[in-house]
Amino acid sequence: MRSSINFSQFFSGNARRGTFKHGVHPPENKDETNGLPIRQFPFSPLIILPTVQNIGSPSEIVVREGQEVNRGQLLAKATGYMSVPLHSPESGIIRKIKNVPTISGKMVPGIYLEALPSSTQEVMDGTPVELESATREEILQGIQDAGIVGLGGAAFPTHVKLKVPDGKVCEYLMINGIECEPYLTTDHRVMLEQADDIFMGIRYLLKSTGAPKAIIGIEANKLDAAEHLRSNIPEDLPVTVEVVPVKYPQGSEKMLITSVLGREVPSGGLPIDVGVVVANVATTAEIGRLLPHGRGIQERVITITGPGVKKKGNYLVPIGTPLRYVLEQVEAAENISEVYMGGPMMGVAVSNLDISIVKGTSGIVVFTSEDVKRPTKIYPCIKCGACVDACPMTLNPSKLGILAKFESYDLMADEYNLLDCFECGSCSYVCPSHIPLVQYFRLSKSIVRKRIVARKELEYVQ
Amino acid sequence: MSDQKLTISTSPFLKDAATTPGIMWKVVFSLLPVVIASSYYFGVGALVTTAVAIISCVLTEWFFSPRSAYSISDGSGVITGILLAMTLPPGFPLWMTFIGGIVAIGMGKTIWGGLGQNIFNPALLGRAFLQAAFPTAITTWNLPDGAFLDVQASQLAMPFMQSQADVVSSATPLAVMKFDKVETNTWDLLTGNIGGSLGETCGILLILAMVYLISVKIIKWQIPVSILLTVGILSLVFYLLDANNYPSPQFMILSGGLLIGAVYMATDLVTSPITPSGLWIYGIGIGILVVLIRLWGGLPEGVMYAILLMNAATPLINRYTAVRTYGYKK
Repeated sequence: MRSSINFSQFFSGNARRGTFKHGVHPPENKDETNGLPIRQFPFSPLIILPTVQNIGSPSEIVVREGQEVNRGQLLAKATGYMSVPLHSPESGIIRKIKNVPTISGKMVPGIYLEALPSSTQEVMDGTPVELESATREEILQGIQDAGIVGLGGAAFPTHVKLKVPDGKVCEYLMINGIECEPYLTTDHRVMLEQADDIFMGIRYLLKSTGAPKAIIGIEANKLDAAEHLRSNIPEDLPVTVEVVPVKYPQGSEKMLITSVLGREVPSGGLPIDVGVVVANVATTAEIGRLLPHGRGIQERVITITGPGVKKKGNYLVPIGTPLRYVLEQVEAAENISEVYMGGPMMGVAVSNLDISIVKGTSGIVVFTSEDVKRPTKIYPCIKCGACVDACPMTLNPSKLGILAKFESYDLMADEYNLLDCFECGSCSYVCPSHIPLVQYFRLSKSIVRKRIVARKELEYVQ
Repeated sequence: MSDQKLTISTSPFLKDAATTPGIMWKVVFSLLPVVIASSYYFGVGALVTTAVAIISCVLTEWFFSPRSAYSISDGSGVITGILLAMTLPPGFPLWMTFIGGIVAIGMGKTIWGGLGQNIFNPALLGRAFLQAAFPTAITTWNLPDGAFLDVQASQLAMPFMQSQADVVSSATPLAVMKFDKVETNTWDLLTGNIGGSLGETCGILLILAMVYLISVKIIKWQIPVSILLTVGILSLVFYLLDANNYPSPQFMILSGGLLIGAVYMATDLVTSPITPSGLWIYGIGIGILVVLIRLWGGLPEGVMYAILLMNAATPLINRYTAVRTYGYKK
C-alpha cells in the first residue's frame, strides 16, 4: 500500500499513500476507558425523547398520553425519506407529550415516558428482514424502519447514506472503525465485543450496496481490535482489515478513503463518486443486530469519561436517558464546568443538563473547573503556517481567517474554497495565536449558504 | 452538580500547547549564545549596543501602540532589538542604534498594523535605514580597543557629532575578498575570529541555533537549507570556472551575514511564504540575489537587500504557489 516519497511529493509536502495530508495529534486520553467492557446502564425512571434526533425531518408521534407502551414499540413514525422512526427504549407509560429541550437550545416536540418498575423490559420483535431473501430496497427499508442513524455522531439517516444512486457503482464498502476523537472508546469496545454483529451487518450492507468487498479501517492505536476482527472474519465474507496511522481527523470519511484507497472525494461530491460507501462500525453492528429481529434501536454505546467523572466507562445507555440522571449515576464531580456531547474536537458543549441522550451521542466528556485552562488572549496571526500544515482539506485557514475578520465571505467561498471545510477544528487546535479559526469558518459558511439561497430566490423571481 | 456554572464554547475544546509569545521567547532564548559570543569577541560594548537596541524597539512599540499591551510581553519587539544589534558593526554609535530601533519598529512594524501585518523584516528594515543614513559609520569595522570591559569611544559619540576618537579599523572578510581577492580561512570563519557585525561572525553558533530552531519547529528547515544550498551551488560553479577571481563555496556560506540572515531574518514567520513550494522559491531567490550582489554588485555584502527583496515578493509567492485544495482537479 505504501510507496516511498517521490520528488514532487517532497517539495509540495504531499502525504504518502497510507495516510492523508496534514492533520494533528491531540492527546488521545483513551487509556482510562479503552480497557473497560461495555456495561448496561441503569434504566432511568423517566425517559425524555425528543422527536428531532437526526439530520432531516423530525419523527411524528403516534402514541397518546396515558398509553402503556412496550420496550421496542413504535412511538413516532418517519415523516418522509429523510426521516426515521423512534422506538420505545423502556416499557412504561406515556406521561406527557410536549416540547422538550435539545442540545441546540431549541425546544422540540417530545415524549415523557415513565418506566414501569414491574416490567420485565423484554424487547418486542417486529418483522425480520431476512438476509437471504430480502432485496436491496427491502434492506434499506428495514434500516429506516429500525430508526438507524449514523452513530459516529453525525446522526445522518443511514438508509439515505447507503443508497447507491442510479448509474453509480459501489466498489468498496468501507466500515469506519477509526474513532479519531480523543477520549472516545465506544467503537473500540464495539469492535472487541460485537464482532459477530459487525460481520452480520456487513452482510446486509454488502447486499444493499452491491459492493463486492468490504474494508474495515482501524487506527493503529486499536491494534487489539484489528487483530480480533481479522481473526474472526467468516470464511465466506470478502472483508479485509486495514490499519492506518493515528492522526486526527482520520475518522472523517474523506480522509479514511484517501488513506486506505488513495482516492480523493471530489469537492462537493460524495464517497460514492469514487465508488465507496462508508458506514460507521457501531452503526454496522446495530444493523446486524436489529434487522434479523425487525427491532428498532433503543440504546447505544456511549463513552462517559473525563476528569469530572468518577465511574468512567463504556455504557449501553437507553436513548432518551436524561443527561442529569447519567451524570448522577457515574458520580460526576460537584464543580463540573464543561460537559461535551461527542468528542472534544467536534462535539458540542452542553448548556443545560435537562437534555437527554440521543441516537447521535457517541460520548459524554466532563471537565471540572480545575481542569479547564483555556487561553483567553487572542494574538494577531503571525503567518506561522501551523494551520496550513494542519488542514486535512489543504485549505489556507490563515488567509481564510484574515478574510473572515474583514467579512469577505464571498471571496472566502469563491477564491479560497471555504465550503470545502468540514469543520474538524485542526486549525483552531494548532493556532499559537489562539485565533478561533474554525469558529469563524462555521459562521462564514452559514452566511455564504444563506447568500447562495438568497441569490437563487432572486433569480427565480426574475 | 448544577448547570448554573457550565461554560459554553464551541469545539474544538482541546488546544495545542504552542503559543505566539512562547515561539517568540524561544527565538530570544536561541539568540542568547550569539549575544554572548559577540561580547566575547567585541567586548562589553556589544552588550551595551544590544541593550540599547532592545530598549529602543520596546519603547517604540509601547509608544505607538499603547493600548495593545501584548506587543511588549509577546517578545517580538525584543527579537527585533537583538537582531538589529547583531547586524551592526562593533563601535557603532549608540544614538544611531537607538534611531535604528525606532525605525525598525515604527516603520517596519507598527505602521503596517503591528505584529503579523508587516511586509518587511523589521530588524532588516531598521538596518537598511541606518545603512542609507549613516553609510560611513555602518561600514567602519572597529576592532575592540583593549580590555573586555572597555566600551569603544565611538559608541559614546554625541548625536550628530563626529567621533573624535582614533580607532583601529579593520576590514571584514567579504571586503578583503571583494577588493583584495584574499580569502579568510574557514576555521576563523567558523569560530568568529574575524571582523564583522556583532552577531554574524561565529558560524558554529549560528549553525547550532539553526538546528535548535528547526528541531523545535519554529523555523521551517526549507528556508535556510534552500538559501545555503543555492549560494553553495552557484558559488561552486563560479569557483570551478575561475578560482582566482571567485571565492570558494565554504567562504561564501560562512562569511558576512549569510548565516544569521538565513537562520533568523529570512525565516521570520511573518514575512516569509506559507506554502510548501513557496518556501523553496523564496529561499532560492534569496540565494541567487546574495550571489549576484556579492560577486557583481558594488557592495561587498548583499544578504540584507536579498532578504528584503524576497520579503516584498512573499505575498505574490503565496498567491501563485497556493496548494490545491483536497477534492479539486490536479
